[in-house]
Order: sequence, then structure tokens, then C-alpha cells
Amino acid sequence: MTYEELLTQTALADDRFIVMTAENRALVRNIPGKLGKRFIDTGITEQTMIGAAAGLALRGRIPVVHALASFLTMRAFEFVRTDAGIPNLPIKLSSFIPGFLSDGNGPTHQAVEDISLMRGIPNMTVFAPADEQDLVMMLPEIWKHPHPSYVRINTRKTDHQHSPFKLGKAEIVSKGEDVTILTYGLLFEQALIAVEILKNEGLSVGLINLRSLKPVDEQAILEATRESALTITLEDHFVTGGLYSIVAEVLLKHCQTAKVIPMALKDKWFKPSLLPNVLEHEGFTGKQIAEKILGYNTNAYQPEISIPQFSE
Amino acid sequence: MQRVTTPINQLEATALKVREHIIKMSTDGGCFVGASLSAADLIVYLYTDFLNINPSNLNDPDRDYLFLSKGHDVPALYGTFAELGLLAKDRLKNHLSLNDHIYWHPNTHIPGIEFHSGSLGHLPSVAIGVAMDIKIRGGKNKVICIMGDGELNEGTCWEAALVANAYKLDNLIFVIDRNQFQANMPTEELIPLEPLHDKFTAFGAAVKRIDGHSFEALHEAFSAYPFETGKLNVVIADTVRGKGLPSIERRADRWFCNFNADEVESLLKELHGEHLTNLTSETLVVR
Repeated sequence: MTYEELLTQTALADDRFIVMTAENRALVRNIPGKLGKRFIDTGITEQTMIGAAAGLALRGRIPVVHALASFLTMRAFEFVRTDAGIPNLPIKLSSFIPGFLSDGNGPTHQAVEDISLMRGIPNMTVFAPADEQDLVMMLPEIWKHPHPSYVRINTRKTDHQHSPFKLGKAEIVSKGEDVTILTYGLLFEQALIAVEILKNEGLSVGLINLRSLKPVDEQAILEATRESALTITLEDHFVTGGLYSIVAEVLLKHCQTAKVIPMALKDKWFKPSLLPNVLEHEGFTGKQIAEKILGYNTNAYQPEISIPQFSE
Repeated sequence: MQRVTTPINQLEATALKVREHIIKMSTDGGCFVGASLSAADLIVYLYTDFLNINPSNLNDPDRDYLFLSKGHDVPALYGTFAELGLLAKDRLKNHLSLNDHIYWHPNTHIPGIEFHSGSLGHLPSVAIGVAMDIKIRGGKNKVICIMGDGELNEGTCWEAALVANAYKLDNLIFVIDRNQFQANMPTEELIPLEPLHDKFTAFGAAVKRIDGHSFEALHEAFSAYPFETGKLNVVIADTVRGKGLPSIERRADRWFCNFNADEVESLLKELHGEHLTNLTSETLVVR
């Protein structure tokens, strides 16, 4: 099932749902005809869209709102904080092309601080699916939940079969004693490749798909860092405020120390190009991730990375 | 501040070459072709005939300023830069390459770009700041901000008009590329803008509405700068999205285009009036 199919089905079954967009229709192209007046396009007005979503929520609606991640989280930030966060309204943010997925657009469109911003808002919940299957698994629970939510939309496909989603729980794909990779979102795809390479080099490797970044699965983080000699936090986000920060906060809270290395963007925006080039240039292909952990180069095979297509 | 009048046929020849550059950039990842083609004549006119901007004065505080706020029409700007000697022509081949800085939105790694854009409704206010400083210093330079009509959805555009009026910024010109479309559909079907002339007039601006593809009309309008003492200048340029390529003109589904090599070849011929192109590449690629 696709994102659009799930959203259509959910909204048709429950008339509290309103689908909104600030003229970003890539994910909801067929919905206007199906929902009629319960589809609202406010034009390129992210702030007004969030304010209007609050008004709709006051009347008992559950607005699912769409815009590019950078404009949803940054242009409309104060509206999200003040109109969704303070009154704790069930406004559901679906953010398009977060992180590396903005490929050739440039820094204006790079949402690589969105996790940090959104998790800093009281009442807000934050999620980042590893692929389309993970996305479609998590959304019913998120949309049912009474709090505002932020989801990094990721409709890419992987071969991985995910376990059922539970809000606040990570997906423990594998456990390892030498190294464990903690990740979320788009880079899960590359983490799977890295894990295979590391295993072939004889390491015992763990992989955790965080999924739910707020609330976060503290137990999973504590266990992984305790049972593994080395932990990697892997994310297409600035190192500040994202998963590395979350792990640091959890360890400190529980008086635990661990060797944790962040793989993230370090205080600079990424070089704009098509996604496969971006990953290679920034050092985030599965092979590059594995070789950084190993400290040496391998002859491992890096599968081709597909270029995102948002079309119909 | 020199005022030259470039022969119309020379402007047309440059604009044609700029359109060729745009078409050539619409493959291997693609670009925002429709919006670039609607703005091409405007941009060519302003740099060729109106603005005091040239390769030797890019850092001169007395130069004129052009801010491209809609941003995704940057292929038209780079094409113009290439034709006017501001950017080496062979660099246009580096579109989306890691070895250059030519991608879907403007950035200041390219000399001549005054400010990056891509997030709509930012540069009207940045342009105000520049225009204010020129006023404070008693300068004569002109400041232009090109905005898309869809961009006018953003409230900050209208805040900027209020502030420009309050500070009597008659050295500032907002140019609206009125191609009648926003990303997915006609503006009047989503968030109607008309009567646009009256809206800006009510905000205190001196407004001219012209055919944005007519170099005569562009010349006549901009020759009247400043339109009225103490008033923000606004030029609403009526344009056609996709102008020059009938097979994509005014088509809602041809905004961001990633054409294949054969289509590019065919579109280049279509630009020269040879035939219409049978487009088979996917439509509605939206990023």
C-alpha cells in the first residue's frame, strides 16, 4: 500500500480527517477528487495552513498537513509550536523530501535540523520511517494518537520486512557485540548494506531502526550501547539535536557511558546533486559507512542507489 | 547610470540562446523549465538594457542589484549570465554536477547572484534592506526583485510591500512574473490573485502591467523608472509558462521537467519553429 492509498482509505473511513497541503501535491495527487471538501489546499502559505489546521482541530478534526520538510518545520515553526504544540492539538505533519531526499534543491530545501526542532516542542511526537513499508505500518498508530506528530515521509522501497510498529519502540533488526548501528529514515537502506559488509569482514553487527524518535525507545539504546563495543549513530541530519544528541541524553539520564561515534552532517549543509551523488560525496553509501567503521577499504560491492522519482 | 537602448533583434537573439540553454539543462535530472521560460525575456531585458551590472562591477557598491526570489527559474538567469559573459558557457553543462554550484536554486557561489533563494517570499525583504541602505547613503542604484505570481501566496511578500511603502522605496522595483500558474495549477483556480494591479496600488505602489514577452513593452515600462517619486515600483509582467515551446506552454503538468535526450533535441528544433514535440517522458515530476 502507498502513502496516498493509506491516507485516502483512512480519511474515507473517518470523517474527522482533513487532508491539507501548502501546494505540495506530490503525495496527495488523487485525493482532492476522493475527499471533496475535506481536501484543502491553502496555496504556498505554510503558516496559514498550520493556523487553519489548529482551527479545524478545535472543531474536532484531525488535519494531516503536507509541505516540504524545510518549510513545514522552519518557515511555520512558531505556528507549529504555538498553534499545535501549546494547545496539544492532533495536527499531523507529513514532511516531504526531508534530509538527503531534497537532493539537487540546495540548502533552502534541506531539512537537516527538523528532528532537532520538532522534538524540542512539548507535546510533539517525532517519527522517521526506514522505507515505504515502515511508513505505512506506523501511520495508523500515529494518526490515532491524540498528540501532534511530525513524520519524515520516506516512500523509498527496501527488501527488508519490518516488524509491527509500536509507538515509542525501536525495531531491533539484529544484535551485535562488536558494533551496533542506530539509524532512522532514508539511511536505513544504506545501513543494511553496511551491515552485510561488516559481517563479511567477520564482525558481530547490530542494527536498530529507531522509527520513533520522540518518544524514543530508551531501553533499546541502553541495551545496544551496553552490549556492543562500539555504537554508531547514523542520520541525514546535523549532528546537533538529532539521534547522536538523543543517545547522549539517554545515556546521561541513566548514568551510563559508551563509545558512540556520530555519522551525521557536521555543521554544514550538503552539496546539492542527485541523491546517489549526494550520498557518495557526503560519505553515506553503505560501503563508505562500513569502511569508516572498519578503518580500511574493502572490495565490497555497493549496490546502485536509485534516483528518487515523485511522479505518476 | 547609463541608459542604453539595445536593438530589439539583438535582445530577441539573446533570449533565443537563453532558451536553448534552458532546454539543454532540462535533462539528466531536469529543472523547472516552464518557470524559466516565462522569465527568460524579462531577465534578458533587465541585464542587457536596464541594469548597471556587468562582469567588472559585481562588487561595486554602486552597481544595480537584481534579486531572483522565485528561484526555480535560475536556468534563465544562468543562461543570461552565459550569454553576457558573467558565466563561462561550458559551465552550464555542469548542471547538478558535484563539481560546480549549478543546481535547482540560485546560490552565491556563482558571481552575480546577490543572494540565494528557493524558499519563497524571502528576497522581497532582503531587497528592501539593500534599497534602504542605498537611500541612507544617498546612492542612485536600482534594486529589482523578481517574484513569481504563485510566490505572492506567501504573506511576507505583502509585508514587504507594506514596509516598502512606509519607507518610500522608489529605488526598488518588484517585478512579478505573472505566468498564471503555480506549481500544480492555474493561480486563479487555487488562490486567486486578481485584480493584482489594484492590490499593489492599494498597498501604495506605482504599478505598470505589461506584456512580459514584448521587449518594446519592457523598454517602455522600465524607461519610466522611477514611476512616481516616493512610491515602490511594481511591474506586473504578463507571461506564458513554457514560453517558446508550444508543446509545454500553459501546461500544468510541465513544471519540473526531466526530458530525455531525444526530447531535448526535438524541443530545440521546436524552439526554432520546426515542429511540435511528442513528449513521452513522465509528467508531474515534483520535487
